[in-house]
Amino acid sequence: MNAKTLYEKVWQSHVVKEYDDGTSLLYIDRHLVQEVSSPQAFAGLIEQNRPLARPSAHISVADHAVPTRDRHLPLAEGLASRQVARLIENCKHFGIDYIEMTDDRHGIVHVIGPELGFTLPGATLVCGDSHTSTHGAFGTIAFGIGASECECVFATQTLRQKKQKTMRVTLNGALQSGVAVKDIILALIAKIGTNGGVGYAIEYAGAAIATLSMEARMTLCNMSIEAGSRVGMVAPDETTFSYLKGRPLAPTGNAWDAAIAHWRSLPSEPDAVFDREVELDVATLSPHVSWGTNPGETSPVSDHVPDPASESDPVRRGKIERSLAYMDLKAGMPLEDIRIDHVFIGSCTNGRLEDMRIAASVLKGRRVAPTVTAIAVPGSASVRLQAEAEGLDLIFKEAGFEWRASGCSMCVAMNDDRLKPGERCASTSNRNFEGRQGQGGRTHLMSPAMAAAAAIAGHLIDVRKLGSTN
Amino acid sequence: MQKFTKITSVAAALREADVDTDVIFPARFLLLLDKAGLGKHLFHERRNARGGGKTDFVLNTAPFDKAEILVAGSNFGSGSSREQAVWALTDFGIRCVIAPSFGEIFYSNCFKNGALPLVIEGDAHERVMLAAESGKPLTVDLEAQTVVLPDGEGIGFEIDPYRRRTLMLGLDEIGSILADDASEIAAFEAGHRKDQPWLFLDDGRLERLFSGTRSS
Ligand code: SF4
Repeated sequence: MNAKTLYEKVWQSHVVKEYDDGTSLLYIDRHLVQEVSSPQAFAGLIEQNRPLARPSAHISVADHAVPTRDRHLPLAEGLASRQVARLIENCKHFGIDYIEMTDDRHGIVHVIGPELGFTLPGATLVCGDSHTSTHGAFGTIAFGIGASECECVFATQTLRQKKQKTMRVTLNGALQSGVAVKDIILALIAKIGTNGGVGYAIEYAGAAIATLSMEARMTLCNMSIEAGSRVGMVAPDETTFSYLKGRPLAPTGNAWDAAIAHWRSLPSEPDAVFDREVELDVATLSPHVSWGTNPGETSPVSDHVPDPASESDPVRRGKIERSLAYMDLKAGMPLEDIRIDHVFIGSCTNGRLEDMRIAASVLKGRRVAPTVTAIAVPGSASVRLQAEAEGLDLIFKEAGFEWRASGCSMCVAMNDDRLKPGERCASTSNRNFEGRQGQGGRTHLMSPAMAAAAAIAGHLIDVRKLGSTN
Repeated sequence: MQKFTKITSVAAALREADVDTDVIFPARFLLLLDKAGLGKHLFHERRNARGGGKTDFVLNTAPFDKAEILVAGSNFGSGSSREQAVWALTDFGIRCVIAPSFGEIFYSNCFKNGALPLVIEGDAHERVMLAAESGKPLTVDLEAQTVVLPDGEGIGFEIDPYRRRTLMLGLDEIGSILADDASEIAAFEAGHRKDQPWLFLDDGRLERLFSGTRSS
């Protein structure tokens, strides 16, 4: 009886108090601060003359609006420059450590948190960004919050929250070669829907999880929010511990031993009951691409663009019609016939070293199609430097990719990397919303291997058809 | 925070599911630093024609350009955590969004800004949508937990009691946590530090990591 899940254990160990209305005051261990969601939160603190509850709980970096070419201040774009300057000013004023754009530890919040060992199992971690779910890969309760909640964490180190229901997603079988964890998460979102996870904290479990690297687990947890779940978690195990050991902010010595002992107690009990169970056989999965304007509008690349006429539900039909109109696609056309203008490899979903390695292995000895502009944007400076040490940057450049400095870049198009109206992009990011990569731009989501293959072919293509060059 | 008790207004009808926060408030306007004045960018791409000028989007069309209520399809406000989506809605004058379901972060952001996201599903949602399309005013009464349609039909709704109280009183949540819970937070923190000391970085590790790059 009362066997607890991973989520319930971490939750329980952070409850400051329970109110009689069913909400709890949850203690927040860590907070990542970026330029976009913080100015109004800091302004609120200043207006009310409230100090930070615990300055050492926060680290800060500018990632969304930063250029990936010239990083010298002041930035070329006035508004971005002003926003980054404001962040630096606020960090100085409140005593928060800020990582410069030119620092070797710079990167997207969700890439550098784990790299620095700031993200730890059993902790609560928040950020004014919905993809904070990424950090759940470590067995962390990590979730995105709005600016007002950031202000609350700054001032009180707590948030008043309602406990989520729990959902276990069991991944059975092993992935075939050429198929990636991105395909798992896209297939899952297509299956349960973009609001299938609303109200739930997801735990990913099953045989497939044990074999996944931390990078792959982060990709999985990252896109939990695209299924509607603020929280996606994986139980910590030996893979987690060996990733964290020796990271700059990870515990050391006796503290490390004590931490490991605690972290080993976190996995869900075998007889713990989840509010909802979902199973996915990953052995039969093939590479997926999105065709519409939300991540649930996704199909295996061997499929065709869906025909709204065969959809009986009028609301669904209307949505498909709208998506096809925006995406300028014809019902019934093979997905592999979709020609692209741009390729973007990067983002907090797929901008890690493993992603760069996989993309490079596809690009090696090949050339980007002449009609395609392709950029690779490492998720962090550390990813970039390690990739360069391995010579991956040369493979990208020889293939015809531009090799950039770290940031969100064309995932969100808040800097100068963006699509023009009508342009179409094969992207390793997480959102294919209207205008996400630039006003009027069209996005197809896919794995790094699939994006690299699309760059070469000039159209969407099953990466497995390219065969091997080496 | 502005209180929310009862509003009567025409309602703008947006018959569309999965209206995400990028559609509500495009990312390029996130570079603005203030909460105020964001209403002009609300649904920017839908309201502004590519070549200039206004579209016939519902919020451009009288009387709905003055609507305080928006009725939308399921999963409204899915996607990013940007609170700008709520600030833009409230700045435009919309204080209540009625939909069968919402993106979770958007939903909780509403309550921090005196806005009410109202979950109404199924046939009742369709009746509210039709009422909105009729252009006649509806009433949203948070105290009575009822939406009153132009024909007098009342549709009851459920809402978390804490959130309802926050809106009705216009509570400053941070202020009340600081006033009421500070000693419990301090006590919890002391125990937590004992249990999981590695979660606290005030032992100089942060300083060492950032020595040389520290901005102060
Ligand atoms: S890479 Fe994209 S999804 Fe990730 S934090 Fe940046 S903007 Fe958000």
